[in-house]
Amino acid sequence: MQGAVLKGRSLWDDARRRLLRNRAAVTSMGMLALLVLAAGVGPYLTPFTFDQINKNDVWMAPLTGGHLLGSDALGRDLLARLLIGLRVSLAVGVVATGVSLVIGVMWGAAAGYIGGRTDEVMMRIVDILYSLPFIFFVILLMVTFGRNFILMFLAIGAVEWLTKARIVRGQTLSLKQREFVEAARAAGLSRDAIVARHIVPNLLGPVVVYVTLTIPGVILAESFLSFLGLGVQEPLTSLGSLISKGAQDMELAPWLLIFPSIVMVVTLMAFNFIGDGLRDAIDPKDR
Amino acid sequence: MLQFLFRRLLVAIPTMFIVVTLAFFMMRAAPGSPFVNERRLSPEVERNVMAKYGMDKPLVVQYATYVGGVLRGDLGPSLKYKDKSVLKIISEGFPHSLFIGGMAMTLAALVGVTLGVVGALRQNRPADYTAMGVAVLGVCIPTFVTAPLLVLLFASTLGILPTAGWPAATQPLSSAWRYFVMPVVVLSLPQIAIISRLTRAGMIEVLRSNYVRTARAKGLPEHSVVLRHALRGAILPLVSYLGPATAGVITGSLVVEQIFQLPGIGRAFVSSALQRDYTVVMGVVILYAGLILFLNLVADILYAALDPRVRLS
Repeated sequence: MQGAVLKGRSLWDDARRRLLRNRAAVTSMGMLALLVLAAGVGPYLTPFTFDQINKNDVWMAPLTGGHLLGSDALGRDLLARLLIGLRVSLAVGVVATGVSLVIGVMWGAAAGYIGGRTDEVMMRIVDILYSLPFIFFVILLMVTFGRNFILMFLAIGAVEWLTKARIVRGQTLSLKQREFVEAARAAGLSRDAIVARHIVPNLLGPVVVYVTLTIPGVILAESFLSFLGLGVQEPLTSLGSLISKGAQDMELAPWLLIFPSIVMVVTLMAFNFIGDGLRDAIDPKDR
Repeated sequence: MLQFLFRRLLVAIPTMFIVVTLAFFMMRAAPGSPFVNERRLSPEVERNVMAKYGMDKPLVVQYATYVGGVLRGDLGPSLKYKDKSVLKIISEGFPHSLFIGGMAMTLAALVGVTLGVVGALRQNRPADYTAMGVAVLGVCIPTFVTAPLLVLLFASTLGILPTAGWPAATQPLSSAWRYFVMPVVVLSLPQIAIISRLTRAGMIEVLRSNYVRTARAKGLPEHSVVLRHALRGAILPLVSYLGPATAGVITGSLVVEQIFQLPGIGRAFVSSALQRDYTVVMGVVILYAGLILFLNLVADILYAALDPRVRLS
């Protein structure tokens, strides 16, 4: 082994090691990979499509008539619908979280880096928005502009950015004092370049943790809207709409409630365990 | 103290103003009108109806009129129920929501604190894992999943609790309570989860503190150390959770009142929003925003009163 370079253990190596020792988080990552695979590829493999109405297969119990998980009032295959619903819910979760991430990081980094009066005003706006009962405004938005898929992404994303802005601002304030930022300033970099190249990449740690915990929150919010009849429209579906429909027919066909509920709970749990695991890994003092 | 109250008002007033403004303009931007029924109104009639509610005036004038009314405590008439004012609808529904919500919060506090204390005392042992497992489940199983599943089990299958509804006022409490069990439990589950986590974290920290060590050193019995000394410090963080908890219970009540057919304000809100009963929707949003702001303030004052280390400044 002559000449071997002694490799230092970086912060991220340590974090990865701690994360991989967390059994709940590792299991959840495997689970999540399976769910994503199922949502991505699954709909192409089912013998029925999610909107295919089969007049002869109404209210089929699971494992009958070629319907692995049964069928609904229109004879539509529950498995196919479940896979599409999972895909929609995951997509809403990821896209809305992405929207909130972009707004939150830009807002927080700008407020923290510019500081002074601008910071004061920007964070006061966040404070005020924070105390609004936001779910009501999302409901109002959906009522006002109709059940529009894109709008739902934007509405939920716009609600979720506030906490991220606060976290990012706090991190930026402390990063701003560090030597490498001073060096960049001394080298004559512009303010925008410093924020984009030196500040933002360094606050990824806490943001990543928070993102994993936002995704299940968003999935929950979408399902909540779908449950109230304000979410995605038929024949497209989401986990929330499936549960809502299943709850209406549960005495006749309990499987329509039970299977979507299981998938929903497993998905939310996977995200929560991964988020908790990441937090413990990146910031172990919070255990 | 006065200065603190003043500064909080400085944030609360613009917040309420924004709530009123946003609610007003968003509802007015909505396509469709509260007066569109199955029957199409003739243009003259529609114009008369609009005039009656002042909706023929320019939007700015309507807005000014509305804000003026809100300042005087008048939320206007309902646009769907001809003979009811918004205040009447709220005062009819709110007591029901308050009752269920209050019961849920009480239950959540009792169960949550107990689980949290058990978890902290038996840290990283089976009892702890069980308590925290319950907590994780509470966070991950949404209200709209627990509610129908409980109905399926306790009402449809076992038949020991009523499926839904609100008992008649004449019904004695000895049988009426059955109607409240499932809504209260469903509403409290997510709160139990969060409260038990907060209590556990607080308790673990406090148990290592010097004053608890002193209490032990004095030779106090364990139950006295835990209940009289440690618990007081440990549940302090819970006080500041009061505001968010209220918001959570309110949100949950939208689903719970829908599923259990409770005559509360959450159901009134959802059906009004779907029917574009603008004034009711705005009234409920204003009420809830005010409630959350108020309870946040109460939480801050309580916190300072309970913990002399915190100064309201």
